Amino acid sequence: MNAERSKKLYFEAHELAVGYNGSALIHDIEISLEKGSILTLIGPNGSGKSTILKTITKQLDRIKGSVLIDGQEILNWQPKQMARKAAVVLTERIKPELMTAWDVVALGRYPYTNMLGMLTPEDKEIVRESLEKVNALDIAAQEFLTLSDGQKQRIVLARAICQRPEIIILDEPTAFLDIWHKTELLDILREMAHEQEITVIMSLHEIDLAAKVSDYLMCVKGDRIAAFGSPEEVLKTLPIEELYGMDSGSYNVLFGSVELKKTEGMARVFVVAGNGCGIPFYRALQRKKIPFSTGILFENDTDTQVATKLAVEAFITPAFELPGDEIYRAAVKALEKCDVVVDAGTPKGSLNEMNSRLIAHARDRAMRVLNEICELEGV
Amino acid sequence: MKKRNEMPRGLRFTFVMVILLLLLLVALILNITIGSANIPAERVVSSLLEFIMNPSGNDAANLPTESIILFNIRLPRMLLAGILGGALAVSGFLLQNFFRNPIAGPFVLGISSGAKMVVGITMIFLSDILSKAGPWLLIAAAFMGSLIITAVVMIFSQKVKNMSLLLVVGIMVGYICSAVTDLCVTFASEQDIVNLTHWSMGTFSGTDWENVRTAAIVCIPVIIAVWLMSKPMGAYALGENYAKSMGIRIKPFRLALILLSSMLSACVTALVGPISFVGIAVPHITRTLLKSSKPAFVIPASFLCGAVFCVMCDLIARTALAPADINISTVTSVFGAPVVIWMIANRRKNEAV
Repeated sequence: MNAERSKKLYFEAHELAVGYNGSALIHDIEISLEKGSILTLIGPNGSGKSTILKTITKQLDRIKGSVLIDGQEILNWQPKQMARKAAVVLTERIKPELMTAWDVVALGRYPYTNMLGMLTPEDKEIVRESLEKVNALDIAAQEFLTLSDGQKQRIVLARAICQRPEIIILDEPTAFLDIWHKTELLDILREMAHEQEITVIMSLHEIDLAAKVSDYLMCVKGDRIAAFGSPEEVLKTLPIEELYGMDSGSYNVLFGSVELKKTEGMARVFVVAGNGCGIPFYRALQRKKIPFSTGILFENDTDTQVATKLAVEAFITPAFELPGDEIYRAAVKALEKCDVVVDAGTPKGSLNEMNSRLIAHARDRAMRVLNEICELEGV
Repeated sequence: MKKRNEMPRGLRFTFVMVILLLLLLVALILNITIGSANIPAERVVSSLLEFIMNPSGNDAANLPTESIILFNIRLPRMLLAGILGGALAVSGFLLQNFFRNPIAGPFVLGISSGAKMVVGITMIFLSDILSKAGPWLLIAAAFMGSLIITAVVMIFSQKVKNMSLLLVVGIMVGYICSAVTDLCVTFASEQDIVNLTHWSMGTFSGTDWENVRTAAIVCIPVIIAVWLMSKPMGAYALGENYAKSMGIRIKPFRLALILLSSMLSACVTALVGPISFVGIAVPHITRTLLKSSKPAFVIPASFLCGAVFCVMCDLIARTALAPADINISTVTSVFGAPVVIWMIANRRKNEAV
């Protein structure tokens, strides 16, 4: 029964077109989400992520298409009915005067309280639970406007939770937060989705976090949806560099990290690396805008992930195999063209003895061999 | 930083309400006893008792002068000042909620001037009908004027998000209205000018029971209606989009805020002329006292606080340069404007932090 339930679609959008003043910006949006899943919209600034979110929360009139919650078209839902199903966290920063954090969260009970907005003991318990969920019980009595950005965002999320929705829609909830608060907030969402089967739709700027927290990613670019699916599928089919139109820098899918633009030109430094020892040197060289080559790396080395993005030339050999002579000769050739060789300090073992030979070769030719990053000064 | 054990807000509200009620009582006693003819408190009580015991004797000829002063002059004037002061404060609070701007008020946004303009036009061009229709026509005229100017300010508020700039717009609109009013005066007969000038100075002098009745009929139901809207007003503080997401029907709600606010300020303007600063200063003082902006608390407390403020200001207007009356706006400005300045200065400080 459980499996059957999890298969049931909770949120759907079909042939949805969104835009302003009757003209569509994005067409043919198709979304299907099971209850308790997380969908994240990613895409460059101004791509229309917010427009989509505003349309499905009915802040903005849709141009065309249908939006269904739990199998029902929401177009003609009464505001109160909508409020009991869906809660929002918006990008706009609220400035409620003389309201405590508790007051702000308690407003989440709005669709449930009587005409005068009186809170029953049960309502108060829900407010307390919501505050607890975002770890904000300690700041409940403080005035909202005196809180830090991270605290404010937690309170705004608690308000949405307090509304006891089945779906939460968040527009860039991690903006203005430091990395620790970002992960904390996303952890809370993950937990809610998992434990209470609350469906989450949000937009994020951090692709790496989006891929980690979401069940589905949707890439918004131009007037269509560029991709929709599990993060693994989406990132495989649609290079992030392309989505964001990045002509400098690169995105590492495996690490979920962004690298700045590689320095082009003739390599002046050869880094003999491996076992992750090379990365600090690569970054230092990248910062100094010194083009470099590196090797010999096994395919499965962590250094490889960064080397391919930053080095002019990286000598990579298949994992779990002894490197062939060919790659050694190619590396020697590249090394001889450089001014300086770096010994990154990779442990020497039987499989990578070629690296020791590279360094020995450099010394034989009386090339400068460096061991420390600080020695790169003046290269 | 603030870890002191503060009074729970429910208790604080009760406390503030009791204090305000006591202050109102004091203001009423002072108002009733002080004046060109000082009537000692015990005499007030005895005439009051007499009046209650024998209401049929409410015939001017049978009553002593003191009682006439009390019942036909001071009591209605005082009650009117109380009701209208409260109404102005609530009207200001509504506008502040509507524009989400604590320095909004009927006077600074030009709404009082708009009401004055239409009332002026009515007084000049419809003076014949006016003599028959009485205060209701004036109230309707002021209501029209308030609505027109509110609509104008609303249009600008879409473009001008900055609250100080909105204020500048309001002041400018106010000047335009005054200019139009002055222009109309050119066409007015001498008697109309006298009436208009007397009215536009803003004064509670010459209040009769009829005025009190009119004010009560308009203001009390409106204020009750406003109080019943405290729930959406509280949610509206988070902004229109959040309010909508919580289930508020924004358009009818905003319309109701504007209509109710305009009715209150129109009633005040029609009956006693424009009164400045009560609409901003009083809700601010009230919020500060309550340490809360919860409408369910602020609305009744603002009403009481506005009543105390206006009754006290009217006492000063009446007695400071006795036997001459100062116009009421002069007094409310002297006390209200500094509060507004203090408020703006304080906000700047808070925003910088």
